[in-house]
Amino acid sequence: MKLSLILATLLLTPAVTLAMTAEERGLEIAKEVDSRDTGFHDFKASMTMLLKNRHGEESLRDMRNQTLEVEGDGDKTLVVFDEPRDVKGTALLSFSHKVGDDDQWLYLPALKRVKRIASRNKSGPFMGSEFAYEDISSQEVEKYTYKFIEESEHDGIASYLVERYPVDPNSGYTRQQMWVDKARYIPIKIDYYDRKNVLLKTLVFRGYQQYLDQYWRADEMFMENHQTGKSTLLTWKQYDFRSGLTDADFNKNSLKRAR
Amino acid sequence: MSESFFRFVLKHKILVILLTVAVSLMMGSGVQHLRFNNDYRMFFSEENPQLKAFEMLQNTYTKNDNVLFVIEPQDGTVFTRKTLTAVSELTKEAWQIPYSIRVDSITNFQHTYAEGDDLIVEDLVLDPTSLSDEELAAKQQIATNDPLLRNRLISPSAHTTGVNVTVQLPGKKLTEVPEVAAKVQEMAKNLEASYPDIKVHLTGMVIMNNAFPTASQDDMKSLYPIMFGAVILVLVLMLRSIPGTISTLIIIVLMIIATMGLTGWLGIKMSPPTTTVPIVIMTLAIADCVHILVNFLHFMREGEAKYQAMMESLRINLQPIFLTTLTTAIGFLSLNFSDAPPFRDLGNMAAMGVVLAFLLSITFLPAMMMLLPVKALSGDTMGSLAMVRFAEFVIRNKKQLLWGMGILILFLIAQIPSNRLDDRFVEYFDETIDFRQDTDFATENLTGIYLIEYSLESGETGGISDPGFLQKVDAFAQWYRQQPHVLHVNTITDIMKRLNRNMHADDDSWYRLPDQRDLSAQYLLLYEFSLPFGLDLNNQINVKKSATRFTVTLESISTQQLLQIEDDAQQWLLENAPEMRIDGASPSVMFAHIGSRNIIAMLKGTTTALIIISLILVVALRSLRIGGISLIPNLVPMGMAFGLWGLTVGEVGLALSVVSGMTLGIVVDDTVHFLSKYLRARREKNLPGEDAVRYAFSTVGTALWVTSLVLMVGFGILAFSHFQLNAGMGLLTAITLGLALVADFLFLPPLLIYFGGKKP
Repeated sequence: MKLSLILATLLLTPAVTLAMTAEERGLEIAKEVDSRDTGFHDFKASMTMLLKNRHGEESLRDMRNQTLEVEGDGDKTLVVFDEPRDVKGTALLSFSHKVGDDDQWLYLPALKRVKRIASRNKSGPFMGSEFAYEDISSQEVEKYTYKFIEESEHDGIASYLVERYPVDPNSGYTRQQMWVDKARYIPIKIDYYDRKNVLLKTLVFRGYQQYLDQYWRADEMFMENHQTGKSTLLTWKQYDFRSGLTDADFNKNSLKRAR
Repeated sequence: MSESFFRFVLKHKILVILLTVAVSLMMGSGVQHLRFNNDYRMFFSEENPQLKAFEMLQNTYTKNDNVLFVIEPQDGTVFTRKTLTAVSELTKEAWQIPYSIRVDSITNFQHTYAEGDDLIVEDLVLDPTSLSDEELAAKQQIATNDPLLRNRLISPSAHTTGVNVTVQLPGKKLTEVPEVAAKVQEMAKNLEASYPDIKVHLTGMVIMNNAFPTASQDDMKSLYPIMFGAVILVLVLMLRSIPGTISTLIIIVLMIIATMGLTGWLGIKMSPPTTTVPIVIMTLAIADCVHILVNFLHFMREGEAKYQAMMESLRINLQPIFLTTLTTAIGFLSLNFSDAPPFRDLGNMAAMGVVLAFLLSITFLPAMMMLLPVKALSGDTMGSLAMVRFAEFVIRNKKQLLWGMGILILFLIAQIPSNRLDDRFVEYFDETIDFRQDTDFATENLTGIYLIEYSLESGETGGISDPGFLQKVDAFAQWYRQQPHVLHVNTITDIMKRLNRNMHADDDSWYRLPDQRDLSAQYLLLYEFSLPFGLDLNNQINVKKSATRFTVTLESISTQQLLQIEDDAQQWLLENAPEMRIDGASPSVMFAHIGSRNIIAMLKGTTTALIIISLILVVALRSLRIGGISLIPNLVPMGMAFGLWGLTVGEVGLALSVVSGMTLGIVVDDTVHFLSKYLRARREKNLPGEDAVRYAFSTVGTALWVTSLVLMVGFGILAFSHFQLNAGMGLLTAITLGLALVADFLFLPPLLIYFGGKKP
């Protein structure tokens, strides 16, 4: 890990970067973002989604998130729903993969059964929100190809503007423009372009806090749909890193117990 | 005062000509700002309650402006590898249509089934080329039996299918609609080129919106030249004076340019109703010019010098022309009471045009006639001899006419209730328009374009999963499906039933609503997690999951039938589910109400205009009695026209509701001319009633029937418009003006003779 950090720092010195293509440089930045967020092992957090439509109606979704880092593959995530109350105790287990479709299972307490989500196309909205599953699932480097666009200032923060292109043909996007904080290597804003390459949504990360002196997490993620006028505010609370989760907490049996 | 003004005009003719042309052109430069409105919502004012209800529904779910591709394979079946490949390609490409947010077709339909313990959610047709004949038959079976698809995206016999694209227009630029339409038309053309045995028809709200400007422009290209031809013919015949004809034509052109320019400066957007404005004001401008020119030429023939002849003509015409301009403008301005903004625009534009025509005919026209060489031909332009004979006939039969006409008028007025309201927006376009043809095809072969939508509210967050609520929604759907003319009902309960069956290993006995609230909610959650981009349920469930969108598709039925069905639905809701009762909302519902809303609004407008005009007449004619009598020939033509319409056509709608206000101002003109001559004879010449009537006939009789004829021709030409709106409005106006002449010639004289009083 340390070695890769040194390597990355070396690679990112201007003299070297000049010799790289835009694609290589974009990939380097993505890798650096990933590597700086590597090694947290696991965390727990609670999530709240506030959905709004054009008419001004609001609705809340409450859930708890547990994430386990997996060496050599995508993270494992368990999300337990608390609100709306009709789906209280419903739990979603996801194994994200660097290559190929993610695996997902949903535990339905009313049925007392675990159901595999067998769809090959999971780019629909998450809990009716403006977040698609692909927006909040584990952002593995391999899920996109990259292109560095420019160094730019965003909201007073010196950043890299990197464009990334989903590998999954079923993705709802042609490309995403991501502003990455130059100093901290964390995303501060992402523009999502739909299948006809028109700006669809913007995600803004707000209130970054550092955990374990290394891992940055945003308190708020605000997603706005420019086409429908709907928006979702995702708030993260009660982060608990290295809480002692193990692989045994992320299987079909643990899913049933998750409530 | 007016005399010194006219002296100035005649003396400085070059200056006046240059000045009026310059001012007209300056106003006319606003033409560059003229834009065509291409949104059917233009017909509704912001405060329209049906529009508000519909906007609220769209803001709660998603907008439903759409494009529907109707695919018609020549071999009569959609379920072939080739046609399905075409549909699948079109579905994929449709995501590229500007502003598209959702594409629904039989190929990307999210088919669900059980496989072991798993719920499989996938496109109904994934790879059409690899399907065996048995698989094709199976897919057809699924599609034609699915309540979501049948009569919506697939015909029961599978001979046509649809690809429905939902677009979310930002509504910021007027180029949005043509942009979508151009892309869609190109796609349809390309598909037909690659698959010669497939025909594509295009319909949907966006296509209709695009048809408004294109059909308007077609109208302009075909109607305006006919109108100009007719005008030239009439002028030549009536005036028999080349300079007079030329001057009048120039005035018409200047007035149209100036009116359209002012429209542009004011930021009024053109719409189908306002495309008629040039034709309407053209006919009215002719009347002003004709009155001045006829008298001018008459005086010249009597041997007066050109200058004196013009001065004299202006002197005797100024007051009646001013009065008729005023009353006509008031009539048009009464259209501001209309609930439909395009008709307010029409009224304001026509009022501007009428005033401009008046101003030009007392400045430009006399100056021009002074400039051009004018030869007075021998013989009168209009034989007043025939008029004298006609006057004798009327006076001889005054009693029979009074009774006969009175009975006819009452009979026709009694027929007004046979008019039925009908505003079917597709039929606003005639059969020559592609949109109408394609929509008719779609309605006959696939699905309807007339919808009624409801946002059914459970009253609590997450309430759409409540079994009690779902049962009621399902019962509502069952009820609707039994109603006549209902093609399709889109309801969330069909998805719930299907999921319940899927979760029980596709056992058909489980095709029913889940009986536990949390179970429904969790099925829905599982289903939503499995749906791909753009095919989510956000268009039928609100964010709180407290309400669901319920959409009924109807055949092409009349407004009456649609309102009847909506009424019955309201009754059903009141009896069976009062807590979720809500008015239906949709463009069809909006158009269904606009006719009656507008009639009520225009009744107020016409009454107001009538009161103002009557007061003006009383003051101008200086007689309360004659002013009172004038109400009859002013009002009777409208009543007779609507009665005649009820007897023959029987359908009225948005466009016809404005006819009364519009014609009132014009009808009054004839009455004013006739009455002012009648009064002059009685007051200045001290003639008895019958002789005064003779005098009125001989002085203005010819002018009246000729100007009425011109007006009838002008409005009659509108009957050839591609827009039913304009055609109906033109025809009914022409009828009204014709009947006004009948009333003025056959009913007003006996009235005056019997009730004109001893000494007015």
